[in-house]
Amino acid sequence: MTLIVAIIASLAFVHGAAAAETAPRCDVPESLLSADVDLTRVAAAIKDHHQLNISVVGSASSALSGPEGARFAYPAQLELALRERLPGNEIKVTAHIQSRQPTADMAASMANIVKDDHPDLVIWQAGTVDALRGVEPDDFRNSLDQGLDAIASGNADAILMNMQYSPRTESMLNVSTYADVMRWVAEQRGILLFDRLAIMHYWSDEGTFDLYAATAGYAMAHRVHECIGRALASQIISAGHFETDKLQTTR
Amino acid sequence: MVANPMAIVSPAPAVSTERDLRLDLFRGVALWLIFLDHIPENIVSWITIRNYGFSDATEIFIFISGYTAAFVYGRSMRQRGFVLASARILRRAWQIYVAHIFLFTIFMAEIAYVAATFENPLYAEEMKILDFLKQPDVTIFQALLLKFKPVNMDVLPLYIVLLLLFPPALFLLLRRPNLALAASAVVYALTWKFDFNLPAYPNGVWFFNPFAWQLLFVFGAWCAVGGAQRLGGILRSNVVLVIAMAYLLFAFFITLTWHIESLDRFVPRWLADWMYPIDKTNLDVLRFAHFLALAAITVRFVPLHWAGLKSPILQPAIRCGQHSLEIFCLGVFLAFAGQFIIAESSGGPLLQTGISVLGILIMIATANLISWYKSIEGRGPLSRAKPPEAKPREVDLAGGEA
Repeated sequence: MTLIVAIIASLAFVHGAAAAETAPRCDVPESLLSADVDLTRVAAAIKDHHQLNISVVGSASSALSGPEGARFAYPAQLELALRERLPGNEIKVTAHIQSRQPTADMAASMANIVKDDHPDLVIWQAGTVDALRGVEPDDFRNSLDQGLDAIASGNADAILMNMQYSPRTESMLNVSTYADVMRWVAEQRGILLFDRLAIMHYWSDEGTFDLYAATAGYAMAHRVHECIGRALASQIISAGHFETDKLQTTR
Repeated sequence: MVANPMAIVSPAPAVSTERDLRLDLFRGVALWLIFLDHIPENIVSWITIRNYGFSDATEIFIFISGYTAAFVYGRSMRQRGFVLASARILRRAWQIYVAHIFLFTIFMAEIAYVAATFENPLYAEEMKILDFLKQPDVTIFQALLLKFKPVNMDVLPLYIVLLLLFPPALFLLLRRPNLALAASAVVYALTWKFDFNLPAYPNGVWFFNPFAWQLLFVFGAWCAVGGAQRLGGILRSNVVLVIAMAYLLFAFFITLTWHIESLDRFVPRWLADWMYPIDKTNLDVLRFAHFLALAAITVRFVPLHWAGLKSPILQPAIRCGQHSLEIFCLGVFLAFAGQFIIAESSGGPLLQTGISVLGILIMIATANLISWYKSIEGRGPLSRAKPPEAKPREVDLAGGEA
């Protein structure tokens, strides 16, 4: 009898482990996903039109190279997660990714992107290239302000996304100054910040991902991007105040 | 004594001739804290003061460096004249320059290793920081010009520039100390107004703006040439104590809101708008004031002849403070090495703690070794028993350096 119980228990355990492997467990504590600003445009788009149009603007850390990189990168993963969690709504995520693009350049092209895409929400990933080039923090702040002005005048909500947490380059690349500027700008303007730096740091501390690992393979990069996409979806949903159940029944 | 027309004969400002061991103590502690802060991902760095207020160990280091520079070279300038004292100051700047380039070489070795061994498609963008290895012709020249400064290698270049500009400042400090301090404050104010700074490579400006940070250095020097005595009355007043305490508490609370997000809503909007960003590059007034408050309280509760300064427990820190250049460089190197070990082994809190403790022990052992070298060469603290007339040695008074 005990033997049978033990076998069943171990089978259940093995099954659980297998399930955990297929879908990465990468929970993010609520304190790291601030949703204290209402995404009013996003909420209106879902409520009135059952559709959501998102533009992602960023540099190389918003993309993945390799076969089917675009499908695995977080913009596509965000679209997937939102479709899953907001069924019956038309979700479209357009990515404008250019490697080596400093924030000043992105700010300059922001007005055109907003004009072409008519997004309800712009997710703006910035800071890494500026840290790489040592752009002056003041100039960085002005560029952010300029780009956010363009987004605001295009009647879209905005989320700023900061850098990746990259422990192996931390002693060479100082991102904290730029992360501080972004935090400050977000607070000043009352917009949301997706704190990628803190979230990935949390995953590293929790042992979710070994971000120190040297690997040529894409497995971990894919999982990290999937988790970032999902965390973004969670932030958008809680800041948009959708009641997911209700949305499902109305359609 | 060599007669020199430029030497100041009289009246000499009131300058104590006794080395203030508190300076060595706090500089030693500051060196430890800088070491701990320079290891990214170090759990032990939670104990350092930057997490409890606006200013950090850099302020302490620069202030005390200004103080000791004026103390050591002020004596020299008064006794042997402007030219000789300036020559010694410039030699010191040269030594620091050589030390900086030595550290840069070690840093390059680490970077080159990481570039050759680390690969992860997740970090394709971040790894571009290593691109400068592809053009060493440019990078190394820029480093020699002090324009290219990797992370955490900003303090020594600041120190070099401060020393290069120090001879005329000291000249004025010895004659009209208040005027010199006022001039320094004016430069600081103009720097804020007109954004003076030195250019950096590949672009941007120096992380520690010398034109702003000189205020702290000159203020330290001003204290050394008699300013401290003049401030004595103010420092003893209870009103100042209360203000300093209140400000430290305020800064502590604000710092707490950076770590605990839920406290953020207690910071009123107007205050945040006025206060942020707290600019380290240009030595924000809030940081300067925080250092002053810390210093005021420290001076009040740790008197010059405090018995604790003789206690064996504090000797390691004092020793480290007395050999600040060597120990500072060692600390930067140990921080590189420690960070490297932590990264290579994906180390946890236990390893971080071990490396932090081991690093400080190495710093202490090295400081003792340097003292020993100086004692066998007959110019260190252990040789103080010798008759004073043996040789004038104002530099290494009590084993300390500027």
